[in-house]
Amino acid sequence: MTRTTGTTGNHPGREPLLAVRDLRVEFGLRGQRSTQAVDGVTFDIQPGEHVGLVGESGSGKSVTSLAVMGLLPRRGVRTSGEVRYDGRNLLDLGQSAMSKLRGRDIAMVFQDPMTSLNPVVTVGVQVAEVISRHNDVSKKEARDRAGDLLKRVGIPDPVRRLKEYPHQLSGGMRQRVLIAIALACNPRLLIADEPTTALDVTIQAQVLEVLKELVAETDAALLMITHDLGVVAGLCDRVNVMYSGRIVESTTRDVLFSQPRHPYTGGLLRSIPRLDSPRGEPLHAIPGSPTSTLPWTQGCAFAPRCERVVAACTDQPPALTDEGIRHVRCHHPLEPTDPVTDARSEVAR
Amino acid sequence: MSIPMMPAGPGGPGDPGGPGDPATTMLEPTATEHGTSLWRGAVQRLRRNPAAIIGALIVLAFVVVAIIAPLLAPYQPGTGEWAGQVTPGKVPGPSDEHVLGLDSFGSDMLTQLLYGARQSLVYGVVSTAVGLVVGASLGLLAGGFGAVGGRFGKAVDTLVMRLVDIMLSVPSLLLAVSIAAVLGKNAYAIIIAIGVAQVPIFARLLRGSMLAQGRSDYVLAASALGIRKRRIVMSHVLPNSLGPTIVQATLNLATAIIEVAALSYLGLGEGNPAVAEWGRMLVAAQDRFAVDPRLAIYPGVAIAITALGFTLFGEALREALDPRSRR
Amino acid sequence: MLRFTLRRLALMVPLLAGLSLLLFVWVRALPGDPARALLGQRATDESIARVTEAYGFDQPVLQQYGTYMGSLLRGDFLSSIRDGRPVLEGFLERFPATIELALAALLFAVVLGIPLGYLAARYQGRWLDSVVVSGSLLGVTIPVFFLAILLKLVFANWLGIFPTVGRLDPRIDATDVTGFAVLDGLLTREFDAAWDAIMHLVLPGIALGTIPLAIIVRITRASVAEVMHEDYVRTAESKGLARSVISRRHVLRNAMLPVATTIGLQTGLLFSGAVLTETVFGFNGIGSYLFSAISQRDYPVLQGYIIFIAIIYSLINLAVDLLYGVIDPRVRVS
Repeated sequence: MTRTTGTTGNHPGREPLLAVRDLRVEFGLRGQRSTQAVDGVTFDIQPGEHVGLVGESGSGKSVTSLAVMGLLPRRGVRTSGEVRYDGRNLLDLGQSAMSKLRGRDIAMVFQDPMTSLNPVVTVGVQVAEVISRHNDVSKKEARDRAGDLLKRVGIPDPVRRLKEYPHQLSGGMRQRVLIAIALACNPRLLIADEPTTALDVTIQAQVLEVLKELVAETDAALLMITHDLGVVAGLCDRVNVMYSGRIVESTTRDVLFSQPRHPYTGGLLRSIPRLDSPRGEPLHAIPGSPTSTLPWTQGCAFAPRCERVVAACTDQPPALTDEGIRHVRCHHPLEPTDPVTDARSEVAR
Repeated sequence: MSIPMMPAGPGGPGDPGGPGDPATTMLEPTATEHGTSLWRGAVQRLRRNPAAIIGALIVLAFVVVAIIAPLLAPYQPGTGEWAGQVTPGKVPGPSDEHVLGLDSFGSDMLTQLLYGARQSLVYGVVSTAVGLVVGASLGLLAGGFGAVGGRFGKAVDTLVMRLVDIMLSVPSLLLAVSIAAVLGKNAYAIIIAIGVAQVPIFARLLRGSMLAQGRSDYVLAASALGIRKRRIVMSHVLPNSLGPTIVQATLNLATAIIEVAALSYLGLGEGNPAVAEWGRMLVAAQDRFAVDPRLAIYPGVAIAITALGFTLFGEALREALDPRSRR
Repeated sequence: MLRFTLRRLALMVPLLAGLSLLLFVWVRALPGDPARALLGQRATDESIARVTEAYGFDQPVLQQYGTYMGSLLRGDFLSSIRDGRPVLEGFLERFPATIELALAALLFAVVLGIPLGYLAARYQGRWLDSVVVSGSLLGVTIPVFFLAILLKLVFANWLGIFPTVGRLDPRIDATDVTGFAVLDGLLTREFDAAWDAIMHLVLPGIALGTIPLAIIVRITRASVAEVMHEDYVRTAESKGLARSVISRRHVLRNAMLPVATTIGLQTGLLFSGAVLTETVFGFNGIGSYLFSAISQRDYPVLQGYIIFIAIIYSLINLAVDLLYGVIDPRVRVS
């Protein structure tokens, strides 16, 4: 699949479908040490565009998506910035207005299909309820549509499946059901939060394929949250790489895979196992763990793990610099000549 | 003030869940925490919990009062030496000599209450200890044999648990009543009755947590290493299973104190009506209740507050020991 | 379903056999003359002779056991020493009153407990939660009979809103049809009698229902709080469903699973808790029957009572397990 979006960053003249501006999310009850989970994140999604949000656990990518959906708990969480959708800031929207939007305009597929479906309600009801919530249809009509949806996500014998409970379905089937639920009302934006990580490797590809097809059919924009660059390569037009609550590199897929600039992106790319690498060559891993970070206020959060660290990295926080085809937040970025081969050809398949 | 009572779900407020949440990934203590640090951590959590502190203060006050009752009490208990002042229509209320007035047998109310604490402490602690020792032994037997398996182990487990099932098929108050009714009206009867009624709870609890521990990976690993079964059970499975049992014992102290009073109320308590025992005092006060509620309210409130103390402390302890509620 | 039920019923047989054996041995295990032990030291020779004969203590143990089991198997549940009537008779006579009381208590506990527990969980950490939690803590620590006495004092003696004792005002001439006073009043269209019976149930019902109420509140609160953080509730929220649908279909339906078990267990306990409540309110049910048996050392009544309660208790637990299968598709027997 190839989609061509030549430019990066803001598309001048076109109103983005979703514009996230300086989003900040802080956790912590009164009197407790607070944690900045999302720290000034800015990105756009154009209508129909597929955007990846990539990072390790704890980078704040899931929190970002929950903030967009308005699904963060209200207590102990402070959210600021802007999530502009259709000219409205979703962060200012009341609960009832937001709930009318959810499922109809913006829908979400969650990570774990085993726990994301209600175990005591039939699959049919769980699909049909979102249809009847946002459409003026009869119960029967909603149910028929639910059956059609199940068929579209590739569930055999959908009429029988409607009457079954989640525990009677396999993990892959359940994730298909969740995709059906998310796409039931033809949303304009679908957020998929690591939709395949909980599945068997063999099932992952199938489910991704279903997701890809349906998103293409419905012309929805896609925000793909993942740590898997393979998924990005197969699905996304543009990619935002997050580290410790901030976006560190933002560019098109092609640019990212051919010339990553941020050492973290480079590290992610090199840690993908490759079939054509010489035998016996050790797999590359980014040293350290995502918990060993520097606060962004004191420098670059990635500095403790970075191979290219220079004095400036622990001295002052790097700013996001606009390089035309990309944005990058680094004091000492990789040069195009640096040895990171084009990983895309390998993982794009 | 919020009084946390139960582990109310993972995290509660401020827990956005999901792997992308730095709050959980960064603040979580390492998974290897166990043994002494579990208890040390629990003590720390208890000290931060206002409910635990209130509970502990009540328990402490109760125990101290019970122990030094002879020093605190202005008179001797159960003498009825002012019985002459008690008429069918009236029991003298608070006065200079008797701060809380007299009881219906003509003894000093304050003295009776203080000595009543003593009685409750002895009954409560000893009966719970009986229940704990017998119940935990049965649980250890069943759980120990059940945890390490084998046909023989299964048989022991089954046999013990059938006995426990039989005891559990009767509500514990009835069990206590049936035992006390046969043993007669004396202190031993009450203690045995209430103690035995607690046996099935402890047995099932300890067995359950031991079996759960027995299925855990570290036991599997230990048996794979060829460590002897008895050693695995005694030095790994048992210590790791004791937490819930200790919590239950604290909570049972509250129940035991209430049940002592209930047995008294049913006429199965201490035989001597003048003895300073809270339940007994409640019963004695009942006839005069409409005219002189004071007589019942003092002992009733004393029971309730003591039970509250043990319950608060036990609940807080449960929460502190629950790995899920650790923050 | 049927096979499960039958299997569970079959399992009750060894349980009850074990229990009856235990009760039989228990009376006879004491050192000395069992009749004297039962009746206490000051018993007259005459009453000891009567008890010895009633129990058959003078006969060989095996024969005693035969007689004992015979009576149980006939369904008499032994005979009272006092009047020689089978325990079952005395029991069934008074059972409707206790069932009525237990239902009142259960109604009070469930109708109040589930909403309170739900609200406490939803407003966790706020004042409503604190009040509910503190209240439920008080509910389990206050002795039932003390609460009963207090209720009686305040609402019956002082305020005079509710009657103090009994099931019906003796001045009302009610027709007895089923033994259930409220139902009788409705059946015979003696509505004043039905109303009076209801008024007589209020205070005992509250007293008996307080512990179950407190426990149901706590379990509901804990369960709802846990379910609210489940992934599927977040899925439901991501669909934009109305708050009421999320609460009802996604939170409560799942949260009710442990609550249903609790309600069942508590229902079983009501029949023993009734002993205290019925005694305070002079309510002529099986509880006061047991109370008088205890005070008169009528041990066969106690034995029969315990076996009877064990049967009811087991049946209720079975009913709960069956109900569980209805609400949770995962445990449904295929």
